[in-house]
Amino acid sequence: MTGLLTAVMTLLRRDLILALRRRQDALVVLGFFVVVVSLFPLGVGPDPQLLRSMAPGVLWVSALLATMLSLERLFADDFRDGSLEQILLAPQPLSLLVVSKILAHWLVTGLPLVLASPLLGMQLGLNGTEILTLMGALLLGTPILSLVGAIGAALTLGLRGGGVLISLLILPLYVPALVLGAGALDAVMYGSSAQAHLSLLASLLIVTLLLAPWAIAAALRIMLD
Amino acid sequence: MAEQRVQWFKFASPPNFYDLSGRLAPWFAALAALLAVIGLYIGFILAPPDYQQGNSYRIMFIHVPTAWMSMFLYVLMAVYAAIGLIWRIKTAEAMAKAIAPTGALFAFLCLWTGALWGKPTWGTYWVWDARLTSQLILLFLYLGYIALHAAIEDRQRASDASAILALAGVVNVPIIYFSVVWWNTLHQGASITVTSAPAMETVMFAALMVMTFACWMYAIAVVLWRARLELMERERRSAWVVERMGAEKP
Amino acid sequence: MIEFLAMGGHAPYIWGSYGVALVVMVAELALLRRRRKTLSLRLQRLARLGQEDRGDSTQDT
Repeated sequence: MTGLLTAVMTLLRRDLILALRRRQDALVVLGFFVVVVSLFPLGVGPDPQLLRSMAPGVLWVSALLATMLSLERLFADDFRDGSLEQILLAPQPLSLLVVSKILAHWLVTGLPLVLASPLLGMQLGLNGTEILTLMGALLLGTPILSLVGAIGAALTLGLRGGGVLISLLILPLYVPALVLGAGALDAVMYGSSAQAHLSLLASLLIVTLLLAPWAIAAALRIMLD
Repeated sequence: MAEQRVQWFKFASPPNFYDLSGRLAPWFAALAALLAVIGLYIGFILAPPDYQQGNSYRIMFIHVPTAWMSMFLYVLMAVYAAIGLIWRIKTAEAMAKAIAPTGALFAFLCLWTGALWGKPTWGTYWVWDARLTSQLILLFLYLGYIALHAAIEDRQRASDASAILALAGVVNVPIIYFSVVWWNTLHQGASITVTSAPAMETVMFAALMVMTFACWMYAIAVVLWRARLELMERERRSAWVVERMGAEKP
Repeated sequence: MIEFLAMGGHAPYIWGSYGVALVVMVAELALLRRRRKTLSLRLQRLARLGQEDRGDSTQDT
């Protein structure tokens, strides 16, 4: 048991140190999110009412695209330098090690999106409670995006044009998270409670957390076999 | 029991599947054509025009079967993919791959006919109705499966990887469907309300059923033909393919 | 007959639906047929090559 915990913690620490050494990767994802959201007013005009009503969709679709952008790197570096094979050979269950890798990925790319969202929410004219709801929904939703996206990242490992392929594979699977996440903000904006959305989003997170690691582990074994 | 098991595996072996499917597929195709003629006769000649929609409701006889087929086929594809992944049965892998293009085709036809039915009924080709939207996402899922299968060169790896994707998809399909339905009811104010179909007359129901069976038979025939080709391409070096190739004229 | 084809003014929608369905299905069958022909040509060529010089073509990936 302690061996398992040590392995998971070691892997997590290693991934975080690597991410810290290559800070620009995470910053690019965050920058992409901020720039895309900021481009929308330029595209649709500065009408505050329109921007407010579009905010849930704009913020969530941008978060989705930013996550997509980061997925290709999730396993690719470890695949290239051979450390992924070492992880596959480890005696610990692969699905748990995979969860640790995804946790590191989320801490580096998903969490910054959550933390930057209030600023973008204000840009689009959201008020205090709406911004809190947005952050709560993103906090529950971005781990889902990382977990589901990791399936796509594992399945396209080592393929040419893998980055574009991931989006075709994964974006349809993001629909529930998008609907529930954007819906939570929508509900608050139209004066009802976001509780139903947030509870469903939380249960979706739990289900994804239970099922996705198996699929990712199986996909990694297939692609590295 | 044991004998039945042997028989099943005998059927699943590529050469036996090849021979049997080659004999059966033309019959399924003929049955499909026959049923389509009967279904269209009932649907266009016997069934009266609808008192509300006039004649445009007759699109239903192709729209609804294609919608059902695209959903059934996705589940069937995932089942075959799982069988291929777990028991390493090549025939099942070929079936899963062979189902995908036909399923995508039915999903496309469902969207196309839905749009053409929508125009005279709701006054617009496309509404973000829950069923149309989830059908669109289903088409994307099919396209993703086909793209992944095509992107991986090694055939075994391609089957296994796309099997994982099909399984992830099939777990997601109900979640996607319910989230889209929910999204649709929440945004009801902005979209056009889709009234439920009035109680269907028996003759219309009969046409719908016959057309559904026609689509099933068509799908079976096409999938069997494609699966045979898949198997032949995969096993082109083995004796059974060479043997059968010699007997055939190109 | 003309009246039947006009479908009470809904002709483009109805025949557009059934026409495209027919075209797409026939196209699928035609594509399968062509794929079968090219495959069987290729396999027969491979078989002939294999008969001419037995050896390198018997084993492959």
